[in-house]
Amino acid sequence: MPDAETSRDLLRQMALIRRFEEEAGRQYQRAKAGGFLHLAIGEEATIVGTTSVMEERDYLIGTYRTHGHAIARGTDPRNVMAELFGREDGTARGRGGSMHIFDGDRRFMGGYGIVGGNLPIAAGLALASDYKGTDEVTVCMFGDGASNTGNFGETMNLAALWSLPIVFLVENNLYGMGTAIARHSAVTDLSHKAEGLGVPGERVDGQDVVAMRECVADHLEIARRDRRPTLVEAFTYRYRGHSAADPEVYRDKDEVEEWQRRDPIEIFARRLIDAGTIAEADLEAIREEVEAQVLDAVEFADASEEPPLDSLYDNLYVFGADHEGWYAVDERTPDPFRGEREREAAEDERVRELHEAGASYGGQVRRSGGGSGEGPENGTDAPADEAQADEEGGTDGGQAEESRQQGPGGLD
Amino acid sequence: MATMRMREALNEALREEMERDESVFLMGEDIAVFEGAFKVTQGLMDQFGERRVRDTPISENTIVGTGVGAAMAGLRPVVELMTVNFSLLAFDQIINHAAAIPYMFNGQVRVPLVIRMPGGGGHQLGPTHSHSFEAMFLQIPGILVACPSTAADGKGLLKTAIRDDNPVIFVEHETLYGIRGEVPEDDHVVEFGSAAVRREGSDVTIVGILKMAHEAERAAETLAAEHGVEAEVIDPRTLRPLDLDTILDSVRKTNRAVIVEEGWPHGGVGANLAALIQEQAFDHLDAPIQRVTGADVPMPYSKRLEQSAIPHPEHIVSAVLETTSGALP
Ligand SMILES: Cc1ncc(C[n+]2csc(CCOP(=O)(O)OP(=O)(O)O)c2C)c(N)n1
Ligand SMILES: [Mg+2]
Repeated sequence: MPDAETSRDLLRQMALIRRFEEEAGRQYQRAKAGGFLHLAIGEEATIVGTTSVMEERDYLIGTYRTHGHAIARGTDPRNVMAELFGREDGTARGRGGSMHIFDGDRRFMGGYGIVGGNLPIAAGLALASDYKGTDEVTVCMFGDGASNTGNFGETMNLAALWSLPIVFLVENNLYGMGTAIARHSAVTDLSHKAEGLGVPGERVDGQDVVAMRECVADHLEIARRDRRPTLVEAFTYRYRGHSAADPEVYRDKDEVEEWQRRDPIEIFARRLIDAGTIAEADLEAIREEVEAQVLDAVEFADASEEPPLDSLYDNLYVFGADHEGWYAVDERTPDPFRGEREREAAEDERVRELHEAGASYGGQVRRSGGGSGEGPENGTDAPADEAQADEEGGTDGGQAEESRQQGPGGLD
Repeated sequence: MATMRMREALNEALREEMERDESVFLMGEDIAVFEGAFKVTQGLMDQFGERRVRDTPISENTIVGTGVGAAMAGLRPVVELMTVNFSLLAFDQIINHAAAIPYMFNGQVRVPLVIRMPGGGGHQLGPTHSHSFEAMFLQIPGILVACPSTAADGKGLLKTAIRDDNPVIFVEHETLYGIRGEVPEDDHVVEFGSAAVRREGSDVTIVGILKMAHEAERAAETLAAEHGVEAEVIDPRTLRPLDLDTILDSVRKTNRAVIVEEGWPHGGVGANLAALIQEQAFDHLDAPIQRVTGADVPMPYSKRLEQSAIPHPEHIVSAVLETTSGALP
């Protein structure tokens, strides 16, 4: 068992992620966050067990279910929440949203919306560490469903062939969206799935934060010292639907309840109390701490400005040298994009007005601290009724609200 | 006639074609038990069983490739990709295989494969789930490209796609699944290569695809009510084959053209159409052709930024007024 301080910290981090995710779900229902929202409730021990044994210099890369991963790496929950709100203070200034959290300073190298897309990138991160002669390790987390992508097989082979310092960590929550593992993977013991490609693996109880720590620590050591990739299969479960709108027709309530009896936070808290490491009062203190932190994150996110419209093209290209030529042919392009016609266009009042007209379909600018400020098309903060949103035919501004409903917004 | 939503119309097309032809079957991620991310395949596994409605692993290139092989061996697979962005993982099978095989084997074998996929922005799905790749598909010789904007066309074009002996990319728009419309009963098919004139007008031709066909109609209403401009609105319905004649006839009448799409401007559908129109009807043009496109960026997540990156009726009205400035009342 880790020492008392570490234990308390593990518990606090898991509790923080849980509370953050619950609140993210609530803010999504209030239409403060949009798009798809994938929560990692139930998978906290897998996340925290892993990050807690990583060094600061190690890289972590994950999927579209990584609010918690960023937070566990040290990203301020305020900035993650602001990203979900699509605001200036978000981890990507509202460009990426929930599926694309990133924090380079903490070497959280991103969440990615394309299943399997992060695997080869992980190989590249590890290649760079190797190339530079460092002892950094890359931890690459992905789902059971991702183990069926071509990227999985190709990356495993390359990583083994080139002896790359990677720990692949499959968060096996038994489902890829609504498809149970036995229906999507011929080999269901994923710890063996990459063996024939040169990457041996080990299964670990992903609900047990201590087991996770020990297992991942061993594998980090193999990568760091022996320079070879391995695969950890964390056996875990997501308590919520795949995304916010999932009606969960593909699994029984009994199964969910059975896994809820193995709640990673409760199990660990109970263990610490039984061992006398913490008292019930500490538990309460942790709850209050994370509650305050999450509510503060919401307040912060809500007060953060909307990104200005003329930032639409920010960071699309690097303008170092004085390249000639047109980078874009869009009249919305502001002047750093060169080309006289574009510069003129950007100054053109008509263009500005049109830009604003387009944006107004997404509601009015929300000023810090002030009111609901919803745009005319949006009506209310409350999520639209699906049938009603559907009724409108789905081509007006109001249909953005549909995204939290199961129909038009889809479920992936 | 029955009134139904786009997703129901597509569902009906699949159901009817599967009933009609035993060689038609479906493959895709979460299309069977889950009934599709957008519920287009609702009820089909129950009716046809798992032999004909197949859940697949997350393996886009392999699913499409399996479709290519099955099509070469005489079946008529309909593959669903959850989002157009995921089709990028299958570009090898689409371009190097599906599109090339009939040609490179000199017609000894055909690839009667349909690949359905929803695209488009508006749901805040950000830079990996929101794009419009019609132009990319349009560029590929060997495949056909259909893009329905109404429920009736959804059904009619999908049935035609399934019966066609070529590989067909069938692009759906995520925000149009809920749109309602009248759909003719029974075996309603819409020929490929026949554009629909959504509104007649004499002053300017507006061509719009998918959601932009609707935005073009809205813009036309504003133009008539507020600017005295009568726009003709054309929805090509298929980009390959393209009913260029209907578009050219219209331009010869109106002498002005505006093309609207949600995709990127560089090498877009509008760029292509503008080239074709000026090649074939230059003498009939009274003003430069205008294009209205999505912004030249990966789609941002923030609601306002996203909406500012997507064309709206205001943009179309403005582009039309550019073509008519001074010349019309
Ligand atoms: C290439 C690609 N195909 C399909 C999808 C749609 N999709 C998003 S998540 C998902 C399921 C992934 O399951 P898994 O890898 O087990 O991760 P989990 O969601 O369970 O964490 C699917 C099919 C996608 N995002 N990218
Ligand atoms: Mg999974």
